[in-house]
Amino acid sequence: MSQGNNGVAIHADNVSRHYQMGAALIRAVDDVSLSVGAGEFLALLGSSGSGKSTLLNLLAGLDRPTAGAIVVRGRNLAEMDTHELARYRSLTVGMVFQAFNLLPRMTLEENVELPLRLAEVDRADRAARVREALEHVHLEKRLAHRPSELSGGEQQRAALARALVNRPTILLADEPTGNLDSATGEEIMLLLKSFNQSMGMTIVMVTHERPLAERFAHRIATVADGKLISVTTKPATECNHENR
Amino acid sequence: MKIGDLTELAVRNLREAILRNSLTTLGVAVGVASLVAMLSLGVGLQQFASQRLANSGLFNAIFVASRYNAGEYERRSRQNQPADSSTPARPLDESARREIAGLPNVNEVYPEIRFMTEIRYNDKPYPTMVAGMPDSARTDGAFDGMQGKFFSGPNADETILQIEFAKELSAQPSALIGKDLVLRYAERQALPAQGASKTASAGNRDESSVGGGFSVVPHEEKLRIVGIISTEPEGGFGAFGRSRVFIPLAVAETLSATQVSDLRDVLNGSSKTSSYASLTARVKSPTQVPQVEAAIKGMGFTTFSLLDTTRNLRLFFTVIDLLLGIFGSLALAVATLGIVNTLVMAILERRREIGVFKALGADDRDIKQLFFAEAGVMGLVGGIGGVALGWLIGKGVTLGTNIYLSRQNLPPVNISAVPLWLALGAIAFAIVVSLAAGLYPASRAAHLNPVEALRYE
Ligand SMILES: Nc1ncnc2c1ncn2[C@@H]1O[C@H](COP(=O)(O)OP(=O)(O)O)[C@@H](O)[C@H]1O
Ligand SMILES: [Mg+2]
Repeated sequence: MSQGNNGVAIHADNVSRHYQMGAALIRAVDDVSLSVGAGEFLALLGSSGSGKSTLLNLLAGLDRPTAGAIVVRGRNLAEMDTHELARYRSLTVGMVFQAFNLLPRMTLEENVELPLRLAEVDRADRAARVREALEHVHLEKRLAHRPSELSGGEQQRAALARALVNRPTILLADEPTGNLDSATGEEIMLLLKSFNQSMGMTIVMVTHERPLAERFAHRIATVADGKLISVTTKPATECNHENR
Repeated sequence: MKIGDLTELAVRNLREAILRNSLTTLGVAVGVASLVAMLSLGVGLQQFASQRLANSGLFNAIFVASRYNAGEYERRSRQNQPADSSTPARPLDESARREIAGLPNVNEVYPEIRFMTEIRYNDKPYPTMVAGMPDSARTDGAFDGMQGKFFSGPNADETILQIEFAKELSAQPSALIGKDLVLRYAERQALPAQGASKTASAGNRDESSVGGGFSVVPHEEKLRIVGIISTEPEGGFGAFGRSRVFIPLAVAETLSATQVSDLRDVLNGSSKTSSYASLTARVKSPTQVPQVEAAIKGMGFTTFSLLDTTRNLRLFFTVIDLLLGIFGSLALAVATLGIVNTLVMAILERRREIGVFKALGADDRDIKQLFFAEAGVMGLVGGIGGVALGWLIGKGVTLGTNIYLSRQNLPPVNISAVPLWLALGAIAFAIVVSLAAGLYPASRAAHLNPVEALRYE
């Protein structure tokens, strides 16, 4: 909780992402302004096709806005070159997806090691870092297993370990429970909550399930047709751990 | 990414589609092998040919003739100009021979001595052509693979037989070595006869000038057979061509047998100053031929050497190498397409993986390098395999050729060579070509849009 609530982790300023499809202009994200506080757990809520993933990918530096600025730690992602953007994805943010996206031919250990390779972390330090990340998601005994040998929940936990291994300050999750049954999804949500609380990690989670957002997020940003409809700070019933 | 991680990931990616990547690598290997085999044949043939040519003694020889014999009269009478240089034409006589022999870098100067004669062996007559062999022929390689050995000395009363002739003498030619035969020849003697012996040395030619003519006296010489050769020694300008019995040149000179050129001496009236029809000067190495040739020309003689021919020969082999290289490269070009195809397929298959890599912090450059590394590893492995394969093919061709040659009773040859520069060059070339093949796939993979690659279907 060291970061507290006062800092701003991400600031999106009139961000748009438009696609030109022949004559039609698709406004996947349209003029969205939004701030995510450091250490905050924010839910991006909206129906399918509303532009949630597009916005998350913009925050992740995987995509560039067609207009507007996304400022993280005083730097505008829209103005970074591809190399700086890659470093940002490598060191500042971690990502998890609905489809887990583990590499099927690598063991868990190798999957989790991959971000360390990309960040050029010393070989000598890697094994310990991988083990530590897998311990956070209680998978340290499955190092040598391949993703296909794991359940869906375990795969998503492994993906979480992979997102954490470079010790990012921001975690971006795109429907992380979308492929899981509710009990397993709950497990994942509890893990996210614990990362948010014990490590002070800033979390932006995309979901289309209002109850999930209401139970776990500090604030809910509702998106429809690419536009930000509302940002609500929900009553602190479930959120009794909020920083004081 | 660090180079170690890149190669590790590249190798593991290659192993994941092991069959397809092995086949692609095999394609590279076959391409490199064909290139190496072609070039090794080119190099081997060139080595073989130039060694043969060096051994032939053709390229360190200068053929010297008097201008009188080289159409000098004709030329002078036709146009009213002096000889083509300030030096007047002079006869090719004993003093000229000594003078040429005294030039720097000249090993030996000898006349062509060849005459028809009759050999008696086991009291049966065998007419044949006899040639005098200069001592330099010992090292010329013309006598490589002979049975027996070369003349024990420049003045030895010994002879070497050509195999076909030896077969005429005996059903078992090799048994002839060590036996004696008798050479009957017509001795040229000066007129008037001043001592009808052949005891005089090479100087007896001058004696013949005294009388302005000569008589022909039959004579005999006993010779020991020391060797039998299966090939015909070349020795320069066909000097020994079609001769079947060889004796040391110095011995041949002392015999002063009647030769073809003697008749010419009489006809053109130069017999009063007995001269050689031609001389062959042996130079230490072919590179010195031009200077020596110029010096001899300066002395007033006509010369001829095969140096221009070697130049053409080198050109010929360069063209051959080029053609072989182009044919060899064709296979490699096809293999290159294989690499491009394999890597483009890999991009399609690994779209999502590339997206994940990017989401986890991979740079465009990381992706590009990963694909390059995969292409490079295929090139390296294919190159090494290809060199080995090409070497084997060359060995196979040589083996096949030698089996054929040995059936024809010919000595073995080595027509294929893979020198280190060719091996290393081929591997480097394979890597470069593979990297070039990876250029397009790598940049396509690097520019893959991660959002599209990761979109959940
Ligand atoms: N590459 C693209 N080209 C055209 N339209 C796109 C592209 N990506 C997304 N869209 C459109 O943008 C809208 C928002 O998509 P998305 O962000 O994936 O929605 P969500 O994640 O909220 O379901 C959708 O209508 C989608 O069709
Ligand atoms: Mg989505």
